[in-house]
Amino acid sequence: MKCKEASAVLIIRVGDAFCRSCFKEYFVHKFRAMLGKNRVVFPGEKVLLAYSGGPSSNAMVQQVQEGLSRDAPKKLRFIPGILFIDEGAVCNQSWEDRERTMSEIENILKATSFPFHILSLEQLFTLPQTMLQMNLAEIPKRDGSYKQAVGSFLGQQKAQAEDGVSDAADRLTQIHIADNSSVECSQSAAFSRPAAEHTAALRDMFNSAKTLTAKQELLHLLRNHLILHVARTHGYSKVMSGESCTRLAVRLLSNISLGRGAFLPLDTGFSDNRYGDVVIVRPMRDYSLKEISFYNRLFNVPSVFIPALDTKASGNSSIQHLSESFITKLQADFPSTVSTVYRTSEKLHVSRTDTTQPKNQQDKCLLCMCTLDTHTGPASAFFATQKSQQLSEKKSLKNVPSAKDSEKQCCNGGQCCKESASCTNSVTGTQDIVHLLCYSCRVTIKDLNSMDKLPSYILKEAEHRTRRMEMRKEIEEFLLDDHSEDI
Amino acid sequence: MVAPINLQLEFGGGAELLFDGVKKHHVTLPSQSDPWDIKHLLVWIKDNLLKERSELFIQGDTVRPGILVLVNDADWELMGELDYKLQDQDNIVFISTLHGG
Ligand SMILES: [Zn+2]
Ligand SMILES: [Zn+2]
Repeated sequence: MKCKEASAVLIIRVGDAFCRSCFKEYFVHKFRAMLGKNRVVFPGEKVLLAYSGGPSSNAMVQQVQEGLSRDAPKKLRFIPGILFIDEGAVCNQSWEDRERTMSEIENILKATSFPFHILSLEQLFTLPQTMLQMNLAEIPKRDGSYKQAVGSFLGQQKAQAEDGVSDAADRLTQIHIADNSSVECSQSAAFSRPAAEHTAALRDMFNSAKTLTAKQELLHLLRNHLILHVARTHGYSKVMSGESCTRLAVRLLSNISLGRGAFLPLDTGFSDNRYGDVVIVRPMRDYSLKEISFYNRLFNVPSVFIPALDTKASGNSSIQHLSESFITKLQADFPSTVSTVYRTSEKLHVSRTDTTQPKNQQDKCLLCMCTLDTHTGPASAFFATQKSQQLSEKKSLKNVPSAKDSEKQCCNGGQCCKESASCTNSVTGTQDIVHLLCYSCRVTIKDLNSMDKLPSYILKEAEHRTRRMEMRKEIEEFLLDDHSEDI
Repeated sequence: MVAPINLQLEFGGGAELLFDGVKKHHVTLPSQSDPWDIKHLLVWIKDNLLKERSELFIQGDTVRPGILVLVNDADWELMGELDYKLQDQDNIVFISTLHGG
C-alpha cells in the first residue's frame, strides 16, 4: 500500500496494493513517463491513434485526452487523430450488427473532440499499388535532438504569445481540428456501407485461408496496411497502437511460433520503424490488461466489445489463441509470467536487420514490410525447410510444374505461358509471391487456397517487384560479364 | 440456514456473450445451510445463468484464467477470492481480458 489513508482496491504485483486515487496517479504517470522516456513523439507532430474499441485503446485515447488538457510543463504537445477499422465482414457479422457497432464507436469518438476516421476493412480493395512501396523521400527530417525540438516549439509559442497571436493561433488550430472532423464525417454518419462486391471479396479471401492461424495473421497484416495508408494520406507521421504488455507477451510467444523471431523487436517493441516514413509507437506496453480493465472500470472509460475471429474458439484453434491460453494459464499460477516475458522483449534489439537504413524495395517483405530474413546461407534451417518442401512438392505433384522457374517448366517446358493466359501458373501464382515474402508470411500465404483472392494492390505490386527482379538479374549478368573481362 | 441474498452480477469484456449478451443480472441466491461464497456462486452461475460453453467461463472450481473478478469494485484478490463470503446487495463483476472475449 502506497498511502496509508484509503482502502486498497487492487493488487498489481504481489504486495503492491493501491487505493483508488494512488492507482489513478500511478496509471496517469506511467503514460507520460513512457512517452517522456522514449522521446520519439515530437511536439506539433500529427499522431494517429489506432483504435480498436477495446479496453487498451480506449484507455490510450483517454490518456491522450488527459495529457493534452494538462497545464504546461506536463502537457502533451502532439496533434492526435483517431482511426477505427471495422473488421465485421471477416467475422461474418451482418451489416446491421456492424452499423450498430460503428455508431457506438462514433459516439465515443465524437466525445473526444479529436478528428477521427472510421473505415471498413473492405477499403483494402481500393488501395493503390504504391501503398506497399517505401516512401523514403517523405521521411520527415528531424534536425537535432528531441530537446531542441521541444525548445524550438516552446520558443515559437512564446514568441507568438508575446505578439499576442497565441490566442488566435490556438483558435485557428481548433477551427482546423473542427474543420478536419467535419470533412472526415461530412456524411450523415462518419462511415458508409462498403460496396457489396468488396464485402464478398473480403469474405472470399478469408474463407480461402485454411487455418484460423492464417486468418488471424492475414487480418493483422492487412489491417496494418490500411492503418499505414490512412496515416500517409492524412499526414500522420506517428501511429499509436494500444497493445498492453499482456497482449505483447502473448504476441512474443506466438510470433516465435509463427516464424517471426527475427522481427520480435519491431513487432513487440516501443517503436517500430519498418515503414520508414510512418513510425508505430506502443505507449500502453507497460500496462497489464488487469491494470487497464480496472482503470476503465473505476474511472468510467467506455469500451465496446466487438467479436473477433477467435471469439468462442476452443483453446488450440490457432497458434495465437493457444499462446494466449498458455500465457494466461501460467499467469494465473505464476503472477510474474507476463512481466517476465515482457521484460524479455525489452531486451531484444534489431541487429543485422536494421530497418532504418534505406534499402531496396526488394529487400522488404511484401506483406509485413520487415527486412527479409530469407537471405540465409545453405546451412540454415530456413534453407533446409525450403529444400525439403521443394522435394516433397515434386514428389506429390509430378505432372505439375515445379516450384522454381515456373515460366520455363510449365506446359512441358515450352514458352507457351508467355502467350496463353490459360496457364495455371500466372504471374500472380503462389511461387511468384512467395519469393517476395519473409519466412513467416510465406507460411501464412501457403495456407491460402488461392492467391488471386488477395487485394489487387498486393498482386500488382508483386508483379511489379517480380519484373524488377528479373530485370535486375539480367543487368547483373551483363555487369558481371563486363567486370570479368576487365580482369 | 442463511437467508436468501440478492446480488448484482455484471459481465464484461465479451464474457457477456456466454449469458445471451446480457451484461447486468439481478439474481437471488436461495437460502442454504452454509453462507454463500464465490466458489458456490460460480457453481450456481454455471447451473442457472450460463447459456453455453461453460468451460469458457469456469475451469476447475474457479474462473477461467484471464477473467478478472471485482467485488464491489475492488480486486477479489484483496477479498479472499473464492472464499469471499457474499453479502446481500453485493456487486460482483466478471471482466474477460481475453482477446476474443
Ligand atoms: Zn492511496
Ligand atoms: Zn513478412
